[in-house]
Amino acid sequence: MTIEASRLPLTAEALEAPPLSIGKMAWLRFRRHKMAMIGAVTLILMFVYAFGGSLIYTEAYANRTETGNRLAAPSREHPFGTDVIGRDILARSIYGGQISLVIGVAAVAVMLLVGVTIGALSGYFGGLVDALLMRFTEAVITIPSLFLLLVMAKFFGGQIADIRLLGRSFSGSVVVIVLIIGFTSWTYLARIVRAEFLSLKEDDFILAARATGTPTWEIIFRHILPNTIAPIVVAATIGVAAAIISEAYVSFLGLGVQPPTATWGNMMSGAYNYIEAAPWLWFFPGLLILLTVLSINFVGDGLRDALDPRSRPM
Amino acid sequence: MGRYLVRRILQAIPLLFIISILLFVLVQNIGDPVAMMGGRNPTRSEDRERLRRQLGLDQPFHTQYIYWLIGNDWTKIDLDGDGIAETPGQRKGVVRGDFGTSLLKRGVPVTDLVFERIPNTLLLMIPAQIVIMFFGISIGIIAALRQYSLVDNIVTAFSFVGLSMPIFFIALASIYVFSVLFKQWGLPYLPVVGMFDPQVGRTPSQVAQHLILPVFSISFLSIASYNRYTRSAMLETLNQDYMRTAKAKGLRGRYVLFVHGFKNASLPIVTLIGLDLPLLLAGAVVTERIFAWPGMGRLFLDHLQRADGPVVMGIVILVAVAVIFFQILTDICYAALDPRIRLG
Repeated sequence: MTIEASRLPLTAEALEAPPLSIGKMAWLRFRRHKMAMIGAVTLILMFVYAFGGSLIYTEAYANRTETGNRLAAPSREHPFGTDVIGRDILARSIYGGQISLVIGVAAVAVMLLVGVTIGALSGYFGGLVDALLMRFTEAVITIPSLFLLLVMAKFFGGQIADIRLLGRSFSGSVVVIVLIIGFTSWTYLARIVRAEFLSLKEDDFILAARATGTPTWEIIFRHILPNTIAPIVVAATIGVAAAIISEAYVSFLGLGVQPPTATWGNMMSGAYNYIEAAPWLWFFPGLLILLTVLSINFVGDGLRDALDPRSRPM
Repeated sequence: MGRYLVRRILQAIPLLFIISILLFVLVQNIGDPVAMMGGRNPTRSEDRERLRRQLGLDQPFHTQYIYWLIGNDWTKIDLDGDGIAETPGQRKGVVRGDFGTSLLKRGVPVTDLVFERIPNTLLLMIPAQIVIMFFGISIGIIAALRQYSLVDNIVTAFSFVGLSMPIFFIALASIYVFSVLFKQWGLPYLPVVGMFDPQVGRTPSQVAQHLILPVFSISFLSIASYNRYTRSAMLETLNQDYMRTAKAKGLRGRYVLFVHGFKNASLPIVTLIGLDLPLLLAGAVVTERIFAWPGMGRLFLDHLQRADGPVVMGIVILVAVAVIFFQILTDICYAALDPRIRLG
């Protein structure tokens, strides 16, 4: 699905106009990627669904149990049906969506922090620092990620108290899951950043920066890092999709975010016991996960073509 | 070649050392195993203390790690809590193949628990891997040969869906369609729980029927990634000059496709297979849970949830060893497939 730069409009005006900035060029290429545009629109709709939906339903309603009306089929009153203890699935999928999306973004922030730092230090300093950090990275890669994720979920589980933010109370397990997904997913990013640093640090502009006495942290963060932004943006986008899936796995297995805080993953937890009686338990949250992750993956694909055309499309 | 192997194996030792320390720190804190031992009755505090002493959980971290790694039969341990170490240790340590005993099933060696599950897990994972490799690679080649055709677009769409789906969604959906709906429609439907119907017994046909849905769920997702890799690798190869040369000198189409094309495109696929094969041993945590398949994934989950450190450690270390082994094997395959790569 690569769209080559040569297919950009080459009219007379385009040739005479001032050169496009990198951002504009990327946007031109991104816009031509049909699936990426569809993905971007779907993704915006998902955010509207999760965050706009809270204007219609209150969180208290999403967590209200109504044991007389458990496992009710979709109806006018409960469009997505009710769950095992009579909570409204539509309202829960809205609030669960907020948590799932926030976890996806926050976990990627942790991933970026760890991955970029380790990759940058390793690539820039080389030698012993590089050897130690890369052995550590290899060790994390070698442990199958779901095993590591589950062991870490048990490790941090229950150690963080519930938090109150913006007048709402969140289970501490939300923070736990953000940290563990961040701590297990950074390895790929660290390797990309390291490879970029290895080649960029030999460039002449770095030599010039060093010759003028620029402090090391400034060379790393102001001179080299901005040049590695394209693969980082692509990895971060795909990372959000992977983080939402990881959250769903851990919560599905009951080691993730704890009820009453809903996420798309923990809404499906235990649904296999009611597969015949109540298929709406797993269908709606599952569909929402699928749509969100699918659209993020399309956006990531489009961004890869737009920002980083050298890399191989998958 | 020989020197290369020796070097790789020597490099693997510090790697495993780091992994085991990392995991040991994590596993030490996954919960208090003693708290669960009393069954329904809460354990008395002196019993708890005695249990911790007997299990060696009262020792400082580094002592526990050393006992786990190289055993404690070279020293004496204090079992009765009088401060004098008089009982000779029994454990041989991981380096001599002793992974300790389970805390949950008192006294059962970890290796027994693990080796009991390996056949079940492989029974599930090997057919799945064969299905994945066959369909993933062949669909990928077809998609590459007809780039941008209708077939290619449909395959691409399915692949993106497969890559974007948590496995439990396809598992639950396939159970709903092939078991619940088929039953309602009066069609022959598939079983979903366990390895066989206890009333019929463990016959090959029973196991085969119980395999269909979990194998389908596992392979649906992985076929997506295999065919994406195969497609892009094949496309790259198909555009090479030597492909045109081979056709121009009159070689048969199929020969050109497989010997000149696929062999050269197979390196990324070999990488993918090399990453996946060791994970066959790890089983499928989520799928085994949904289909109540008694494999390694469930063993891991059950014992992790009840803070059984030795079993969790044992499983993860065994899988990590397998991962490293297959990494080395993958690199050797590289050299065999591509003579430009020299190991050394």
